[in-house]
Amino acid sequence: MNLTLKIWRQSDAGKKGRIVDYKIDDVSPDMSFLDMLDMLNEQLNNKGEEPVAFDHDCREGICGSCSLQINGEPHGPDRMITTCQLHMRTFKDGDTIYIEPFRAKAFPVIKDLIVDRSSFDRIQHAGGFISVNTSGNTIDANAIPVNKHDADKAFDAATCIGCGACVAACKNASAMLFVSAKVSQFALLPQGKIEATDRVLNMVRQMDEEGFGNCSNTGACEIECPKGISLENIARMNREYMSASLKG
Amino acid sequence: MSGFLNSTIARKFAMALSGLFLVIFLAQHFFINITSVFSAETFNEFSHFMGTNGFVQYVAQPILIFGVVFHFVMGFVLEIKNRNARKISYARYNGSANSSWMSRNMIYSGGFILIFLVIHFIDFWVPEINIKFIEGDMSGLDAAGNYRYYDHVVHSFEPIWRTVLYIVGFVFLALHLIHGFQSSFQSMGFNNKYSKALKGFTTAYAIIIPLGFIFIALYHHLN
Repeated sequence: MNLTLKIWRQSDAGKKGRIVDYKIDDVSPDMSFLDMLDMLNEQLNNKGEEPVAFDHDCREGICGSCSLQINGEPHGPDRMITTCQLHMRTFKDGDTIYIEPFRAKAFPVIKDLIVDRSSFDRIQHAGGFISVNTSGNTIDANAIPVNKHDADKAFDAATCIGCGACVAACKNASAMLFVSAKVSQFALLPQGKIEATDRVLNMVRQMDEEGFGNCSNTGACEIECPKGISLENIARMNREYMSASLKG
Repeated sequence: MSGFLNSTIARKFAMALSGLFLVIFLAQHFFINITSVFSAETFNEFSHFMGTNGFVQYVAQPILIFGVVFHFVMGFVLEIKNRNARKISYARYNGSANSSWMSRNMIYSGGFILIFLVIHFIDFWVPEINIKFIEGDMSGLDAAGNYRYYDHVVHSFEPIWRTVLYIVGFVFLALHLIHGFQSSFQSMGFNNKYSKALKGFTTAYAIIIPLGFIFIALYHHLN
């Protein structure tokens, strides 16, 4: 396949960026999207040009590193996948593909397509944990019974890989799906109840301080989430937050 | 309270509550208006009661005005934060791939409804307030000694431009409600096995009530 790539290039956080066009030929439909970018970078290296910086790590859809807004959608047009799982067979010969970084004030561009997602880490630090004594007094995982329904819902929420696609897809750059998944995975379990009030208040406060937008319930985040995190989690966080506000 | 309303979730909760209040008001408004199609006398009696009853005028009406103003002001406050959350927009953005037009354009449908409401207030509310509270005439009667409410409505929809304007206003209202009504439940934390049925009801409501208002406007224009 021969393709035209329109890629966001920005040398560092302080500089202005712009879209630069690249032609790439002989792309195999069996390549992953990241393989295709590797191929482009090899060609740029050979020409003595600066390669395109992009995030990647596991390349098997579990780490959440690879970001990329591809043709106006996070991780491209396919569903329930990350960019490393997107294959070039999704595109046609002669296609023009826009490749941009995830856009949000809370995700500043570091270079080219790499954004700083440490705002997610700060939200996690604010309350995305349970306090368990691990110094020799660890309690057996099965000592506290958890009903299957709650365990399954908590596990579903815990599959969030923190990639930021929800923020990228949202017209408001809202982080509600991410934060609600991190709140829900504990809110549903007995181990998470003890710190439930502080957790939701602190995590939402941090989310707001980072500058993410509000939730308009468009549902774009749920559609674009590579792990299928449900909007139910946002409703649960709304309930948790309102009841925590009344208590606290 | 102001500190509480700094949080994104609390703001959306308040937005949902005020929206639901306005949805309930809309049903009440519709059921009074539809009587104008069947009986001028019933419509006149309802209108006179609503226009002169102390509870309606001095308790319900101020709450309603507060609800309307709050919903609009908070809508714009939320929009400003949303716009600030993404300083550089995408060169290519495919919103229709993952969300409905209505859900992405609430600020625009809401903005048109605001313009429509201003016109609607000038057409109906301001003249009523003027007669009742400035001129001090609480009788509801015209010079001939008949109730003026029904005639006011019929005369208002004589010009085609006003009828069209109201129809456009109701179309935007429908677009706003199709997303807003069901979305308000999500904002208040309601998302469970009943949500699908609820969405069916809210969508039907969002279409049927504005269609009913359009019918009333057209009926009076054509008659």
